[in-house]
Amino acid sequence: MTLAVLQHHLPVLVVLMPLLGGLLVAIIRHPAASWPIAIAAAAASLAGALALSREVAANGVISYALGGFPSELGIEYRVDAVNVLILVVVSFMALATLVFARLSVASEIDEGRQPWFYTMMLVATAGLLGMAVTGDAFNAFVFLEISSLATYTLIALGRDRRALVAAYQYLIVGTIGATFYVIGVGLLYLATGTLNLELIAERLPEVTSPRALLAAEAFILVGIALKLALFPLHAWLPNAYTYAPSAATVLLASTATKVAVYLLARYIFGIFGLHREFGDISGASLLILLSLAAMFLASAAAIFQNDVKRLLAFSSIGQIGYITLGIAIANSDALTGAFLHIANHAVLKGAAFMAIGAILYRCGSERLDDLAGIGRAMPVTGAVLTIAGLALIGVPGTSGFVSKWYLVAGAFDAGKGWLALMIVASSFLAVLYVGRIMEIVWFRPPGRVALAAAEAPGGLLVPMVALATLTVLLGIAAYWPAEMAHSAAEALLGVRP
Amino acid sequence: MIAMFSDASLLILALAIPAAVALLVALAGRWPNLREAISLVGALLLAVTIFMLLARVLGGARPSLHLATIAPGLDLALALEPLGMLFASVAATLWIANTIYSIGYMRGNSEPRQTPFYSAFAVAIFSTMGVALSGNLITLFLFYELLSLSTFPLVTHKQSPEAMRAGRVYLLTLIGASMILLLPAIIWTAVATGTTAFTPGGILAGHVNPIGMAVLFGMFVFGAAKAAVMPLHRWLPAAMVAPTPVSALLHAVAVVKAGVFTILKVSVYVFGLDTLRETGASQWLVYVAGFTIIAASFVALSADDLKRRLAYSTIGQLSYIVMAAAIATPAAAIGAALHIAAHAVSKITLFFAAGSVYTAEHVTKVSRMDGIGRRMPWTMAAFAIGTLAMIGLPPTAGFLGKWFMLGAAGSASDWFAVGVIIVSTILNGAYFLPILTAAFLKPAGGPVAEAPVAIVVALTATAIGTVLLFLFPDVPLRLASAMVAP
Repeated sequence: MTLAVLQHHLPVLVVLMPLLGGLLVAIIRHPAASWPIAIAAAAASLAGALALSREVAANGVISYALGGFPSELGIEYRVDAVNVLILVVVSFMALATLVFARLSVASEIDEGRQPWFYTMMLVATAGLLGMAVTGDAFNAFVFLEISSLATYTLIALGRDRRALVAAYQYLIVGTIGATFYVIGVGLLYLATGTLNLELIAERLPEVTSPRALLAAEAFILVGIALKLALFPLHAWLPNAYTYAPSAATVLLASTATKVAVYLLARYIFGIFGLHREFGDISGASLLILLSLAAMFLASAAAIFQNDVKRLLAFSSIGQIGYITLGIAIANSDALTGAFLHIANHAVLKGAAFMAIGAILYRCGSERLDDLAGIGRAMPVTGAVLTIAGLALIGVPGTSGFVSKWYLVAGAFDAGKGWLALMIVASSFLAVLYVGRIMEIVWFRPPGRVALAAAEAPGGLLVPMVALATLTVLLGIAAYWPAEMAHSAAEALLGVRP
Repeated sequence: MIAMFSDASLLILALAIPAAVALLVALAGRWPNLREAISLVGALLLAVTIFMLLARVLGGARPSLHLATIAPGLDLALALEPLGMLFASVAATLWIANTIYSIGYMRGNSEPRQTPFYSAFAVAIFSTMGVALSGNLITLFLFYELLSLSTFPLVTHKQSPEAMRAGRVYLLTLIGASMILLLPAIIWTAVATGTTAFTPGGILAGHVNPIGMAVLFGMFVFGAAKAAVMPLHRWLPAAMVAPTPVSALLHAVAVVKAGVFTILKVSVYVFGLDTLRETGASQWLVYVAGFTIIAASFVALSADDLKRRLAYSTIGQLSYIVMAAAIATPAAAIGAALHIAAHAVSKITLFFAAGSVYTAEHVTKVSRMDGIGRRMPWTMAAFAIGTLAMIGLPPTAGFLGKWFMLGAAGSASDWFAVGVIIVSTILNGAYFLPILTAAFLKPAGGPVAEAPVAIVVALTATAIGTVLLFLFPDVPLRLASAMVAP
């Protein structure tokens, strides 16, 4: 097989690499072999995603017919400026998480279960990548279920028994979401006779039954909203993030909701539009309203948490609000901000959860009070947490500033100055919850836990320092990602119905 | 030798030197003498760098440097113009005096955690230089926020519950205001005009309607809460819990001046003085600033804690500058720029003296300063010169700025501003002169015992500076005039 052939099959290889890697780990089922295989699979997937991003930048949209069937019959994988960004983010974060996982998993999970953990990590990654790469509505459902089932398992592997409840809670909600989604897809299929997203969009104007479409839209959007934890459908998320093993939380927080957000944007801009009226309120206004509620209420809830992971989980719900707000404002700047924030938030939250994972590794606790003075015992870990916190606030010089800049500029550009003020006012809440962590970590006298702690080992430090460095780089030299996000925004706005 | 350095490399040096000091101080923590030597040498090198730049700016050069492109349309850039030059010169010069003073103060009071103290101090100076040298609003905002963050450990240096509470008020006010008002104001400007670069004559004319202009101006003024315009002034007295060298350089010079500098810079280089006058966008601010001046003076009258009285005096003095920016005539802007320099050198003298009194006798209350002028003649002589400058009397630097501002208010027929300046001058006298009479006229009650020599040297130097700035105002005046020259 020559390189050109490989190149041609890249869209499917990106997904297959982690899927086959997961299978291999499960077959060998040896703790020592699991990690190298997982790393190799994730690295191969990232290399594929990067190659795809170069090709899309050079030649535009790549369409790949799975099995060579035409898109009316078979499944089309379609890579464009929008989802290539998601592919890069997901595969990069999967690799970073797996690097981090070696020591973290060894300390948190029984040796016998470690191979299963790596299998599930890889399968979840494959599912997420598949959701992003596919151009087929039903195939997206299949991948959604693959990633979800793997995720339930990952959460259930948490060391606390409450992890089982959290996994079960997520299982129920996630299944409802997936069911809603597939019902909606079924209705779309009845109305248009195809499952291909491009073809659905093409045939939509000929559909004679607006009621079927309305039902399809409601089912699909609500189903996706459950997966992305859009307020008020976010109840599953805090427990899932809190009780999952550290490495699983890192992967979940930085990728899972992001892919669902992508799918939401794809359906809104590719098929349904934002103009539909639901009673007295338009789709756009509704999304703005829910986003604002997430930004304010979830961030406010974060202030009062006593468990750091739970605090960061509520912060994530709030941060997702910024992304969906960018989608709702729906102009070039706001969408650029939304897509930048998908990448920026993935990296910075990954760094934050890794830092917490490292503290758990050394101290065995994630309670906020136990973190008193931990910055002196673990200065590098504390610095990583600080950088991630500053980026959450949106301090200039960090990635969070750039995405916020574009979002606010988008709001002003849309003539919605009040929304701009809402964005900055809600990020003031981040000052409060980040400030609370910082004060405890750096300015409290070291407690019993901190006195016994030492700096995290190199295996944990390397990935989190890399992500923290990236967070700063994305704040001072973000030309390339900003361009990528901008093309993604333009591509979405270009196909708007 | 001087020609060896290009404009760009001097700009880089002005940022790199304090950054290097911060790093080296942190590494040299175990050897206190080496650590202090690094701070001192760094301060001297920075001053030399700034004076080399000063010579070029006075010669008409406008050094600039593009640092990085964050994203399309989002640039980090340095560009030096006369006002920034003036601010940088003041801060760099006073850093030398403050370093000498800090050594005497921190050792004299056996303060804990001196290494983080000196390191954070250098980061604060780094940020101040960045604010002064920034070439657009984005760069200014970056360093402005960094200044807030880097001074938090200094404010909470004591780490007592009271200090932590003060630190929270400090950070939440400054960051909250800049995030909720200053940042959207900057982005609004960027969206409306397509640029954020500081441009002589301003960039906003014709892009925003007059009402929007007034709102935007308000967002800038209150967003820059470091200027402590009421009602966003409470952080400044709270920050007085910090060790005196911090209050002296940061809360009399660097931090607060970064606030008024931002307001003045935005007035001149973003709005444009002509635009401000024609649209009347800043007219309302004359009243807010006037109210702040008078109200702060009344609070200062009743404050028994010396540093608190000085803090409220600072709030009043800052609003002179803000009021002058709001009057928005060239003469008023010149007065404002001069007052930035004059207030800096005289207020640092007052704080130095307050810290000297604390170090020698652990006195913090005005009511316990009877006869102290006889026990600590050098300290209180310097204090006296500082008070004269606060009131605005010759032969001190305070006279110049006030003279210009009074003239500008008069020729703009702004009788409210004229009245405020006159009334506040009387009030300034009313809360400072009793300290002097009590210090010098009451019986000594003890032998002569001055503070450590490093402290006395520093405060004498800045007191002399306060007089010299009155006698030789040529350089600041040339810079201020160049700022408003077409």
